[in-house]
Amino acid sequence: MQRHLISAADLSRDDAVLILDTAEEMARVADRPIKKLPTLRGRTVVNLFFEDSTRTRISFEAAEKRLSADVINFTAKGSSLSKGESLKDTAQTLEAMGVDAVVIRHGASGAPYRLATSGWIDAAVVNAGDGTHQHPTQALLDAFTMRRRLVGRDAGLGRDLDGRHITLVGDILHSRVARSNVDLLHTLGAEVTLVAPPTLLPVGVETWPCEVSYDLDATLPKSDAVMLLRVQRERMNAAFFPTEREYARRYGLDGERMARMPDHAIVMHPGPMVRGMEITAEVADSGRCTAVEQVTNGVSIRMAVLYLLLGGNETALTHARTTEEK
Amino acid sequence: MDTHHRQGDQARPEDPRSEARPVLEGPDIARVLTRIAHEIVERAKGADDVVLLGIPTRGVFLARRLAAKLEEITERAIPVGSLDITMYRDDLRLQPPRALARTEIPGDGIDGRLVVLVDDVLFSGRTIRAALDGLNDIGRPRAVQLAVLVDRGHRELPIRADYVGKNLPTSLRETVKVLLAEEDGRDTVLLGAKRATPGAHP
Amino acid sequence: MSKTLIRGAKVLGGDPRDVLVDGGVVAEVGTGLSAEGAEVVEAAGKVLLPGLVDLHTHLREPGREDSETVLTGTRAAASGGYTSVFAMANTFPVADTAGVVEQVYRLGRDHGYCDVQPIGAVTVGLEGAQLAELGAMHESAAGVTVFSDDGKCVHDAVIMRRALEYVKAFGGVIAQHAQEPRLTEGAQMNEGVVSAELGLGGWPAVAEESVIARDVLLADHVGSRVHICHLSTAGSVEIVRWAKSRGIDVTAEVTPHHLLLTDELVRSYDPVYKVNPPLRTERDVMALREALADGTIDIVATDHAPHPHEDKDCEWAAAAMGMVGLETALSVVQETMVETGLLDWAGVADRMSFTPARIGRATGHGRPVSAGEPANLTLVDTAYRGRVDPAGFASRSRNTPYEGRELPGRVTHTWLRGKATLVDGKLT
Repeated sequence: MQRHLISAADLSRDDAVLILDTAEEMARVADRPIKKLPTLRGRTVVNLFFEDSTRTRISFEAAEKRLSADVINFTAKGSSLSKGESLKDTAQTLEAMGVDAVVIRHGASGAPYRLATSGWIDAAVVNAGDGTHQHPTQALLDAFTMRRRLVGRDAGLGRDLDGRHITLVGDILHSRVARSNVDLLHTLGAEVTLVAPPTLLPVGVETWPCEVSYDLDATLPKSDAVMLLRVQRERMNAAFFPTEREYARRYGLDGERMARMPDHAIVMHPGPMVRGMEITAEVADSGRCTAVEQVTNGVSIRMAVLYLLLGGNETALTHARTTEEK
Repeated sequence: MDTHHRQGDQARPEDPRSEARPVLEGPDIARVLTRIAHEIVERAKGADDVVLLGIPTRGVFLARRLAAKLEEITERAIPVGSLDITMYRDDLRLQPPRALARTEIPGDGIDGRLVVLVDDVLFSGRTIRAALDGLNDIGRPRAVQLAVLVDRGHRELPIRADYVGKNLPTSLRETVKVLLAEEDGRDTVLLGAKRATPGAHP
Repeated sequence: MSKTLIRGAKVLGGDPRDVLVDGGVVAEVGTGLSAEGAEVVEAAGKVLLPGLVDLHTHLREPGREDSETVLTGTRAAASGGYTSVFAMANTFPVADTAGVVEQVYRLGRDHGYCDVQPIGAVTVGLEGAQLAELGAMHESAAGVTVFSDDGKCVHDAVIMRRALEYVKAFGGVIAQHAQEPRLTEGAQMNEGVVSAELGLGGWPAVAEESVIARDVLLADHVGSRVHICHLSTAGSVEIVRWAKSRGIDVTAEVTPHHLLLTDELVRSYDPVYKVNPPLRTERDVMALREALADGTIDIVATDHAPHPHEDKDCEWAAAAMGMVGLETALSVVQETMVETGLLDWAGVADRMSFTPARIGRATGHGRPVSAGEPANLTLVDTAYRGRVDPAGFASRSRNTPYEGRELPGRVTHTWLRGKATLVDGKLT
C-alpha cells in the first residue's frame, strides 16, 4: 500500500495489523462524550459514489466527520455523470476544487485503480468497492471483528489471525467482499475455505490462497467464523442455481447448521442480509451473528485507514517508522 | 516527551551516542518522584480529587510510579491513566502518521477533578498544548497541573510545569533521553549531543 | 513512370540482388544491374519483401472519421509496409450495400497510398438476421469477395450455413468473428486466473472454439470455404489443425498482439490492452506461434482497430475494444517469429503477403519478386531496434499496446505498383 488503498492484496501483514491496532484506539473515541478528533481538520474528502450504497457511504462519512475532515458527498444520480461525463472529467473537477482524498465506489472493476494510477489526480484514493474486484475496508472491518471475537480486544493488539479457520459461503463469483477477504485473511495467517455451488465460483479460483468446497456441512465443524455473502435473487434467473429453496437447503445457514459450529465460532454477514436465502432469521438475530458489530467496526476501521493515509505528510503504511532525536 | 524532537517509542538498545552522559541516575529519579508526590499532596491539600494522566510512552510509567508513591503517602487509591496526544499534535502534517498509543481514562472520569499530566521531558511545550486539547474532548477538570521529570527549557508556548524533577539547562544542539526500567531496562536520564540524522524530519 | 533500382537487397531474406522497377512492374532481378536512368535505393543488408497484405483492417470511414479515415489508415498501412488492406464492414453506415463498398474502394484508390479492398457485411446491419446483398457487392466496382460481420459473430447456425453456401456462386469467403454471444455476455477479458482476481467478466476460450468447431463442420457440409478471424486460443488451433487434416477448406489468421501479449497485462487495468478477442495466456501465445510456423494458421492480420484517445482514457469497462496495428505488425512478427527461429523471411512473405492475397483474391498483390510482376514491394531494415513512439504514427489514433516497448525492424520503403509511398521511413 502506498498513498492509496485499492486492494486488500496490497497490504502487508504489518500494514494490516497496524490498521487493526489503530482502529482499536479509534473505537475508544466512540465511548467519549465528544466523539471527534481534530486530526484531519482542514482536509477535504470526497465520497464519490457511482453506485448506490447508503451503508458504506454513511460509514465513511461518519469516520471522516469524527476525524474533523471536510466532507463532500458526490453521487452519480442527478449529477453530470448520468449525462455521460467521464470518470476522468469528474475526478479532475474534484481535483480542481482542492480535494485531498477521494473515497470511490464504482460499478466497474478497476475504476479506483485507474483513478489512482492514471495521472488524472494527485489526491489519495480509497476504494469503497469496485465492481466484482475489491472492497478492502470491508475486509479490514471483517478481520477486525474476527480478531476481537476470536483473539480478544486487548489480547489481539499486535496480533494477526494465525491458524483461525474462516469459511466464506455464497456468491463468490460476483463478490468483491470475498476477493478482499481471501487476500487479507491469507495475509493475516488465517486458513480460508470458500463454500459455494460450482456455478458461483470463478474459473481460476484454484489459484487463490484458499480451499474450495461444495459442502457446507462438512466445513462447519472446523470453522471459527462463517461469513455468509449475499445471494441476489436475480442470479436465479441466470441459471446460477435452480431455486431459492434449493439454494437455502444446500448453502443457507439455519439454526440446525449453526449448532454444528464450534461453541466459540461466530456468524458474519457484510449486509444487507437476505433472510430466508443465505441466512435464517433465527441465525441473523442470534448472539453469534456479528452483523451489527461489523457496522460499528466499519467506522473505526475507516477512521484508521483515513488517519494512516492522510494524517501525516505521507502514508504510514509500508514505510519504515522514522525516529528522531529528542 | 517533546513534540518536535521525540525519540521513537522503540528505543534503540545500541544507541551510538557514546558521548551521552547521565545527569540523573536511578536513585535520583526515585528521590525526585517522591518529592513531587509530596508536593502534589501539599498543593492539592490531600490530593483527594487527583487524577494522574501520563503521556505515552514514558509519562505513563512515571504517572504509575507517582500514583504508587501518592498511595503510600495518602493510603488511598489514586486514579491513574494515560492520554495519547498523537491526533492532537500540531505537527501531524510534517511527518508520516504515527501508530497510536492508548488513551485510558480512569472509570470515574475527570469531570470536576484535579488532573495532573505527567511527562518525562518538558521542552517546547507543544505536547502539553496537545494534551490540553485532548482533555477538552474528554471532560472538564476542576484544574490541570503538569508534572515532568526534566525541564530542559526552550519553551515555544506560554506553558510551565507545576512540578519539576530537575531543571536542566541545555543547548538546542543537545539531546535529553529518559530511560525507564519498564521500557528500557534501567532508570537514567542521558544528556548527549545531537547527531546529524539525514532521515529525521525537521 | 521513372525507374528505380533497389540495390543489394536480400530478396525474401536470401542472397543480395538488385531489383529494377520500371513502369510499375519489376523489370529485372539480378546482380550488377545498370543504374542508368534509375533512382538508386541502396538496400545492402535490408530485406525486400512483397508488399504486405492485411486481410483485417478497420479504416472507420464512413462514420468514425474521428478515429481513422481511409486516407490516414492507408498512410498508416504504407508506413507499415502494406500495399493492400481489406477494410472491415463495421462502419456507419455498415458496408452492407454496393454503394458503401464502392465509396470506400474509390477513396482508397484516389488517395493512392495503399489499395483498399472493402469487406462486405454478411448480414444487414451486422445484425445476424438477414443476408446482405452479397452478390451485388461482389459485382460492384469494389469486387467484394470477403464477407464478414467482424465485431459481431454470425452466431445463427442457419444464417452461417446459408452465407457459406451462397458465396460459393462467386468464389467468396466468409470471415468469421468467432464469439458465442451468450457465453460472452458482459465479457471484459480472457476468463481465467487473472479475470478471477481482477473481477472482470470472463471471455472464455470455449466461446471462440465452439463457434470455430461448428463453422468448420458447416463449411465441410456445404463444401464452401471459411476463414477464421483473429484466432486466439490453443484450443482453436487444435480444431483448425483437425479440420485441415480432414481436408476442410478453412483458413485462419492471427493478430500480432496475440503473438506477443498476454492477459497478465490487464492487471494494469489500462484499457490499451482491451481487445476482442481478449489477450490470452502464455500457453495460448506459444501455441499460436507454433501454429503460424507450421501453417495451421495461414496468415497474420492486424485487426488494426483505431479508437480516439477518450475511448481509452477511462475505466476498463467503459473503454472501447481494439488496438492499432498496421505500423507495428511487421516488427512484432520479426520479434515473435523471426528472432525466435520459427519463421524465415520467406515464411514472413508467405504469411503476410502471398497467402492473405490468395485468400482475399487480391489481384496484383502477394506476387513473387520477379520480372514481370507488379512492383508492390516493401524494404525492411531488419537490424534496426527502437522504441515504439505513437507520436510518430501516421494513423489518426494512438491506441497501441507497445508504447515505449523496444521492437526490432523498421520498414524504410514501400512501393505501390512502382510508385514509392514510403521513402526512408517517410510517407511521400
